[in-house]
Amino acid sequence: MTDWVHPGLLFVVGALPIPWLSGRPRQAWLILVPVLAIANMATLVPGDYGAFDFAGVALLVGKVDKLSLVFAWVFTIMALIGTVYALHVRRPEQHVAAFLYVGSALGVVFAGDWFTLLVSWEIMAFASAYLIFAAAEAPAVRAAFRYLMVHVTGGVLLFGGIVLHGVATGSFLFGPLGEEGGLAYTLILVAFMLNAAVPPLNAWLTDAYPEATVTGAVFLSAFTTKTAVYVLIRAYPGAEILVWLGSIMAIYGVVYAVLENDTRRLLAYHIVSQVGYMVVGVGIGTEMALNGSAAHAFAHIFYKGLLFMGAGAVIYMTGRRKLTELGGLYRTMPVTVFLYMIGAFAISAFPLFSGFVSKSMVIAAAAGDQRAAVVLMLTVASSGTFLHTGLKLPYYMFFGKDCGLRPAEPPLNMLIAMGLAAVLCIGIGIFPGVLYALLPYPVDFAPYTGAHITGSLGILMFTLLGFVVFLKALDPEQTISLDTDWFYRKGARLFMWFAEKPVARWEGAVSALSDTVVLRVLHASARGGLLVDLHVVDAIVNGVARTALAWGATVRRLQTGIVSHYAAAMIGGVLTGMAVYVVFWAG
Amino acid sequence: MIGRIVRFFGDAEQAKRRRWLLAATLLAVFVADFFVAREHVVFFWDAISGWAALFGFLSCVAIIFISKALGRQGRLMRREDYYD
Repeated sequence: MTDWVHPGLLFVVGALPIPWLSGRPRQAWLILVPVLAIANMATLVPGDYGAFDFAGVALLVGKVDKLSLVFAWVFTIMALIGTVYALHVRRPEQHVAAFLYVGSALGVVFAGDWFTLLVSWEIMAFASAYLIFAAAEAPAVRAAFRYLMVHVTGGVLLFGGIVLHGVATGSFLFGPLGEEGGLAYTLILVAFMLNAAVPPLNAWLTDAYPEATVTGAVFLSAFTTKTAVYVLIRAYPGAEILVWLGSIMAIYGVVYAVLENDTRRLLAYHIVSQVGYMVVGVGIGTEMALNGSAAHAFAHIFYKGLLFMGAGAVIYMTGRRKLTELGGLYRTMPVTVFLYMIGAFAISAFPLFSGFVSKSMVIAAAAGDQRAAVVLMLTVASSGTFLHTGLKLPYYMFFGKDCGLRPAEPPLNMLIAMGLAAVLCIGIGIFPGVLYALLPYPVDFAPYTGAHITGSLGILMFTLLGFVVFLKALDPEQTISLDTDWFYRKGARLFMWFAEKPVARWEGAVSALSDTVVLRVLHASARGGLLVDLHVVDAIVNGVARTALAWGATVRRLQTGIVSHYAAAMIGGVLTGMAVYVVFWAG
Repeated sequence: MIGRIVRFFGDAEQAKRRRWLLAATLLAVFVADFFVAREHVVFFWDAISGWAALFGFLSCVAIIFISKALGRQGRLMRREDYYD
């Protein structure tokens, strides 16, 4: 036990003193915690740590192996970069939330049992939601509530699946779920896919991330979807459905990115697209494919963080987030442009940048598995990635039509954080061996072959040609796009209408009936009873009448007329019914 | 140095040079694809020189116009106050 310190614990404990520190000491502390966590990573040795028995169930808090280590490495390094980027933020609770978020994500990564995973999973949902709430504008708060509702629902599915799985197998140790098609298998898969933002369960991400605080979005872009990729690698390697959903996902994000006008929402759609590659890798399930998924997650966290930092810097300096209101900023923000473009080249998989050495592993694994359609879909998505994050977004944000603003470069800490991420994007691209050595399986893959370089450049440069030729068609428009969140955003309204109109009317009728008829009958019968048999059974009759009166009053008090109470009671009833069904029949 | 590179891609007076640079790069990339060794031929298109350039261009055009069609004719794009 003593030779192991959980890296997640460092962040959770490290979050505690933040509210009592201020100024330079707090900044020093904020840097110190992730630095210690990174140093601690170097001391971790594969093995099982923190095993204990809880009420007869064997639990394992820390399972350290190559797969958990590669994710923990990128998480801790990204935590440092994100913290540097957020160093100027004065509100302590945002730092606390970010640390709890990182800590719980690491909790998932090292979880050796399903309960540790579930608890970390739930903390992650709440801590990350705070980074959206903290933006404090009305749309952000509404988006944060939707985000939380979706993730709480996912958590319930996960919990249900875990209980069923545990009861069926007798073990709560976290590992591959073999039996395909069972209810536990499906529930957990859906919960994981929800956090990985696999369509149609993707809309929470693109709805909420762009509403988060400038610094919070950087953390959000890194952790939730990548912990989901991690648990998918652990539990569902080779699940065929993931190959197809992942391929669709890669294209889905690209299509929506064409339509998008909000800078960070465009980037969020490209999280969906990029995670698609990782999900494909999990679905193929060969050693090379799983390596590819892990490598792509590793590279992705840095370049996507860098892109969010660049777009965030623009929002921080201009207060504007729509492409239609931006443009021409390159004159006064050249360093931001330069650093952003490094992230853009990395996500687009240009040679010498990190995406080139990670994305190609997934595509090569798909080719090695003779999946022509998947290879073509992922290649189309590669073209789309460069088209949007590398061309459309920077063109309309930094170049293009001059919006007239002349903002300065962002604060130094933001530039340093972007610089750190940029160095990693290039470093991984030039020295892929360092990343490959961290991967869970031995790597037999050489990204820098002549055909691969000219092939990639051919795709990318002729995408650029298409962009230049059809630039006008890509002009951003002042619209929003309907995604699957439509169902619960409009559906909630339908539910509220239903609750306010028919249900409330029915309720009114029932209470009127009970007021006018039922109570009167009870009164009358009580009075009648008194008159008819005053002497023989008056005590009993009195008792009954009083009980009836009291009951009537209680019922009336219960009927508050507040619709949300009825809604809560209905949801509670439905959930209880589902729980009873799951426990007594479905098992 | 960074400022100069960024200005090259932004300033209007460099437009002509940018166009020449683009043309030269496209030509170089296209031609280079004919001179590389093709060891890993899995699918038929892996053997075709210039395939990537064609596919990249067509992908780009398809993405732009199919997405915009979905947005406009498919009614995915709505006014910004749609949910208000």
